Amino acid sequence: MSTAPVSAGLAREWSRFTLAERLGRYAVYLLTIAAVVWAARSIEVIPEFLADAPAQTADLFRRMWPLDVAAYPKSIHDALIETLHIATLGTLLSLVFAVPVSLLAARNITKSRLLNLLATFILVSSRSVSSIIWALLFVAIFGPGALAGVLAIGVRSIGFVGKLLAEAIEETPTGPIEALTATGAPAASILAKGYWPSVEPSFWGVALFRWDINIRESAVLGLVGAGGIGVALDTALNTIDWPQVGMILAVIFAVVIATEIVTSSIRSRII
Amino acid sequence: MTVPTITQSARPLSLPVNWWRRGGYLALGLYTAYALSTLEITWERILRGLPQGAKFLSRMWPPNFEPQKMELMRDGMIESIGIAILATFFGVLLSLPLGVLAARNLMPSAVSWTARAFIALLRSFNPLIVAILFVKAIGFGALAGILALIVGSLGFVSKLFAEAIEEMNLKQVEAVRATGASFMSVLIMGVLPQVLARFAGFSAYQLDSNLRNSTMVGIVGGGGIGAALFTATQRFDYDFMLTILLTIIGLIMISEIVSTQIRKLFQ
Amino acid sequence: MQNVTAPALRIEKLNKSYVAGKPVLHDISLDFASRGITAIIGPSGTGKSTLVRCINRLVTPTSGRILFGSTDITGLSGKNLRAVRRRIGMVHQEYSLVERLTVMENLLTGRLGYVPAWRAWLRRFPKQDIARAYELLDAVGLGDFANRRADQLSGGQRQRVGIARALMQQPDLLLADEPTSSLDPKTSVEIIELMAKLASARDIPVVINIHNVDLAKRFATRIIGMARGTVVFDGPPSALQDTHLADIYGGQSWIE
Repeated sequence: MSTAPVSAGLAREWSRFTLAERLGRYAVYLLTIAAVVWAARSIEVIPEFLADAPAQTADLFRRMWPLDVAAYPKSIHDALIETLHIATLGTLLSLVFAVPVSLLAARNITKSRLLNLLATFILVSSRSVSSIIWALLFVAIFGPGALAGVLAIGVRSIGFVGKLLAEAIEETPTGPIEALTATGAPAASILAKGYWPSVEPSFWGVALFRWDINIRESAVLGLVGAGGIGVALDTALNTIDWPQVGMILAVIFAVVIATEIVTSSIRSRII
Repeated sequence: MTVPTITQSARPLSLPVNWWRRGGYLALGLYTAYALSTLEITWERILRGLPQGAKFLSRMWPPNFEPQKMELMRDGMIESIGIAILATFFGVLLSLPLGVLAARNLMPSAVSWTARAFIALLRSFNPLIVAILFVKAIGFGALAGILALIVGSLGFVSKLFAEAIEEMNLKQVEAVRATGASFMSVLIMGVLPQVLARFAGFSAYQLDSNLRNSTMVGIVGGGGIGAALFTATQRFDYDFMLTILLTIIGLIMISEIVSTQIRKLFQ
Repeated sequence: MQNVTAPALRIEKLNKSYVAGKPVLHDISLDFASRGITAIIGPSGTGKSTLVRCINRLVTPTSGRILFGSTDITGLSGKNLRAVRRRIGMVHQEYSLVERLTVMENLLTGRLGYVPAWRAWLRRFPKQDIARAYELLDAVGLGDFANRRADQLSGGQRQRVGIARALMQQPDLLLADEPTSSLDPKTSVEIIELMAKLASARDIPVVINIHNVDLAKRFATRIIGMARGTVVFDGPPSALQDTHLADIYGGQSWIE
């Protein structure tokens, strides 16, 4: 996205936006308005509920106070640790599988367009299904528990990691690769010494980034039975124990902040 | 006796070992073993699950196309799409003032830091959690889902807005301010024209994201196709589950393409 | 090993067209002895680079033969091609070092044609390769640079590493594709001088594709002038007259 100053943009505007683009934009504006109107009409929103919403929400938060801090060592701590394990193992799993798929998807490494397409398809499908839906699937197959959670996170992340890895691989400078080929190096050695050094910083950066997101996602998997703090949350909600719910939310918030701090400090040291 | 030259002693016949890296890999390996055992994930469980998985997959195929199921799905999808559209529209609208409040070059630090902390808070929670809270507060249905996704959109888009404002060219703004215009006028005439170019990009991205999330909030009662999906799983209606999944995947793929095109159009 | 009587490298009626009907190389036939420095000169686009890159098969000829020693390398692929390539060292125009690796690691990549891949992955190269690397580093004047990252070096330093890397292969032939185009005049002289010195010490022939005629005349033992995809001059530097240069480069004005 361009950050050029507006004056430069306006000066060039007459040649910049073709008629087709102009029409396209107007079409988008119109469609947006049409879509909003259509949506407002097809969804049943009872106005009284909407007006009531702020008061009800405030009431909910009031019921969570004071937070049930005592619940932490009893039921929350272990579940939290389990969530962290699920997120980390899931991320590691995705790294293992994303590497071969990204190699297949990278057009400079795999020349077969068919394999490129197949690999890209795998990556897109993995991304299109959210981790909670994967969790539903895996709970049905392997039963409730952390295994389903790890697999859900892992499978979902393959698409994310694989896509960014494939892009990093495709951006490897060609000169050194050619030089290594000219020395008679076999393909595996060229991967080791030509591609990996170039891809490595992106690899760890993406892994860290995904781990951060996965921690947030792992927290809710328990709602469908895939282990972690979501299970504790589900229980607290079902027993209508609002102070405990509030405590769990506070813990999740603290973990998210802590993770962000950890990942940004690691990132600034590695990259 | 000659003193050994520095170059002599500093010439080991092997590449220097990066102990940090080796330690790191080792730590990862140990951690994996530890975590797997803590979670009681063993090969046995995985192997036991595989025939189950095969049975499961066979029951999913062929996907279910019965008329009353299709109608259920159609209603659910329409609701999800509607939730996504409304959540994006209002979320982006509300992000405008919030983004302005969070911009450090426009606001005194007390205001901008509070706004930023608030935005961070909004972003910390998975849309599902927020959806549950709204469901408990105002009841089941699409409204809870819409509000939940508005919160999520706010957290994301207002941050991007604030960053766009912070990156803009201040000279334009000063020029407008120099005419003696009020703050609102400065905003509209000086700030917004620069920022609006990226506005379309954020909105398109957020619409895509909300579409993904809107298919899920139904699982916890926030309306949309998620409820049908969840029910299908509970009832072992795996072939219907496959139909819904395929439709969701199709929708998201289309959404990704459309969102990319819109962003290109407005670049 | 080298056979003193047979040519080290023979090119027979080599043709290369990237686009059908528009040959970049037109029926080139050349023999290269197992000693000496051959400089190929000519304007850009005349196929000098393509010719050099055909020798180590970075470019595949459209027709014709290339014989390296007694082996026909024209149609080779896979393991056989790699076995030939490792005997041919190449110095590249843009140095083509792996930026994030150290100088020592870059040198060791010259041995990748000789060591199994697991050694590359685990970074465990044979001790004699590392010892050889130090010798070469000293020979190119970069003895203390072993553990510097390649992206911290100047252009001239990088090209020295490039030369050392090529020699790590213990090649039977050294190729250079415009090795001094990205370097300033003084450094260019140093680089060509270095290549000439090291190659003759190891008794291996050098084929350089170069656009600087003065450098070519100064260091080469044989000059091949190319124009329009064919060889228009082939002889010692002393025989290279202005008329030949005019034929190669077209027009008198640039010679002043």
